[in-house]
Amino acid sequence: MAVTSERRSRESSLAQVGVVAKYNFLNYFRARRFYVMIAIVLLISGLLTFVIAYRRPAGILTADLGFLSLVWGSFVSLIVILSTAFFGGDAISSEFQNRTGYFLVPNPIRRSVIYVGKWIAALTASTIILLVYAAVAIANSLYYFGFTLPNEFFLSVLYAWIFLAAALSFAFAFSSLFKSSSIAVLMSVIMLLFVFNVIDTVASSLAGVEPWFSITYGAGVVQSVLTVPYPPHVFSTPVGPGGGFSLTIFTAPVWEGLAILGIYFAVMAVLGLWLFERKEFTA
Amino acid sequence: MPPSLEAVGLSKKFGNFAALTDLNLKLQGAKCVGFLGPNGAGKTTTMKIFTGLISASSGRALINGVDVSKDKKGALASCTSLIETPEIYSSLTPKEALTMLCAIRGVPSSERNKRIDEAIGRVKMQEWENKKVGSFSKGMKQRINVASTLLSDPEVIILDEPTTGLDPRGMTEVRDIVKSLDDRLVFMSSHLLAEVTEVCDEVAMIDHGKLLVYDSIGAVTAKFSGGGGNVDVGFSHPVEAQTISIVGSVMGVLSVIPGSERHLLLKFDPKTTSQEKLFEGLAAMRVGVTSLKETSSGLEDAYLSLIKETL
Ligand SMILES: Nc1ncnc2c1ncn2[C@@H]1O[C@H](COP(=O)(O)OP(=O)(O)OP(=O)(O)O)[C@@H](O)[C@H]1O
Ligand SMILES: [Mg+2]
Repeated sequence: MAVTSERRSRESSLAQVGVVAKYNFLNYFRARRFYVMIAIVLLISGLLTFVIAYRRPAGILTADLGFLSLVWGSFVSLIVILSTAFFGGDAISSEFQNRTGYFLVPNPIRRSVIYVGKWIAALTASTIILLVYAAVAIANSLYYFGFTLPNEFFLSVLYAWIFLAAALSFAFAFSSLFKSSSIAVLMSVIMLLFVFNVIDTVASSLAGVEPWFSITYGAGVVQSVLTVPYPPHVFSTPVGPGGGFSLTIFTAPVWEGLAILGIYFAVMAVLGLWLFERKEFTA
Repeated sequence: MPPSLEAVGLSKKFGNFAALTDLNLKLQGAKCVGFLGPNGAGKTTTMKIFTGLISASSGRALINGVDVSKDKKGALASCTSLIETPEIYSSLTPKEALTMLCAIRGVPSSERNKRIDEAIGRVKMQEWENKKVGSFSKGMKQRINVASTLLSDPEVIILDEPTTGLDPRGMTEVRDIVKSLDDRLVFMSSHLLAEVTEVCDEVAMIDHGKLLVYDSIGAVTAKFSGGGGNVDVGFSHPVEAQTISIVGSVMGVLSVIPGSERHLLLKFDPKTTSQEKLFEGLAAMRVGVTSLKETSSGLEDAYLSLIKETL
């Protein structure tokens, strides 16, 4: 029999995060949804590429930034939100619903380590999706404008990635809240795709209040950075007959947008972890 | 320090329902302890608390002296478990899933392959080790789950109905595995009393969330089975009334109940006779006895007398 102290030794938490991330990524990578997501990205990119090549719209082929704003900027948020829902929406709830948690949790491993490991796996899978989308946009740009890419594009990719991290943190929190995977996925899609958009519109257009509390408002920097010069923070235009009603458009400056995303990331990470730590494995 | 599992005033409530009430139980040393009780008694609840799947409402659960709720990682460092029927990420193979566990549990990488091959071999799943778990049957998955408890050379093993879903050979194999773990502390719940009698040294019985008894199987049987043994006696010809009275006169026989056409059920007093003596006595009567078989173990009697009704 081995020496007792040896048998009771433990693996470091950092190493365990890597192990959980590795096998969860492997699980994602082999699952159908990864390829569905790649297919969606290729479909959107392919459609854009085809339409531009066929129609050659003069308006956007004059400047590389305007071009990238269309082929990258207009759909990147959708891609981020979809991969967030695909990879993060059920990450935690499935451990309960599919009973995989019964295999993983009763081990000398902290729940927070499982949570972080799974988050890293989801981030890795989603980052690959994002990079595939970026690659097609880059290829298009290189074709029409030669071997230069504006710095603003790289900033936009970076911001999109930060948005991805924040959105995943958000989806993980929802995933910890619900035991049903489908409800968790549905809720994150509905929230990120519709609810926050409605909040943004209602707050800014109708109430005239800056929606600084909305994650999608913060994510506006991904698109805004592709506009030169950067759009003003507050912009009002009179609308309606006689200009009696004025419409206010808010655009988060870079610092503010990143701060909103950072706060969402942190608050949701803490909330999700707190929920997961307390959640019980009961049938 | 010998391996140990200890529940101190352990209670669990689900809303207003008390699933477990003030459980005090200390298991210590290398042995196998059977955990018995009717459906809904609180067996799985107890085991889930010990493995950090749920938390206790009050009280403490200690593994090797470490409180699970305070230091789960420390408490489970040398404890493996199989609670209910876990699932493995469906696109992993058994080999990958077990490698993942080895890495989490800190099994040195130089030993992983050897340990995994050995564990997979013991549950006879070599042929499937590189196939994705997603397509496995329930019993195949359960075999891998059993293998997963053997990887890291644990001192304490918690098994919740480990033979669930296994075919007859699988059950025997798992029983043999449990029997071979005699240098560890095994805590195993089961509804199969014959299984518990075969592999366990001690039993703890629980009902309605309360511990009824914890002792060696011999002691529990002696105390609660009413001391009776039950045997089924087979005859070469249909049993007649005369045969019944002859059999009833054999020394040590307490009662005779007609079974099917060629069978009688006897209750005998193990204090005055043994099965062997009983068989000799019956044979000497020359009434055509062809077989003698134990029908219920002492443990079953003890269980039935301790647990009056289920649910
Ligand atoms: N999440 C829950 N909410 C409410 N009651 C629960 C919950 N989980 C378990 N229970 C109750 O706790 C009691 C004990 O359940 P437990 O699973 O521990 O029984 P068991 O002894 O393992 O039974 P079995 O032999 O059927 O496996 C049962 O009455 C059950 O209904
Ligand atoms: Mg149970």
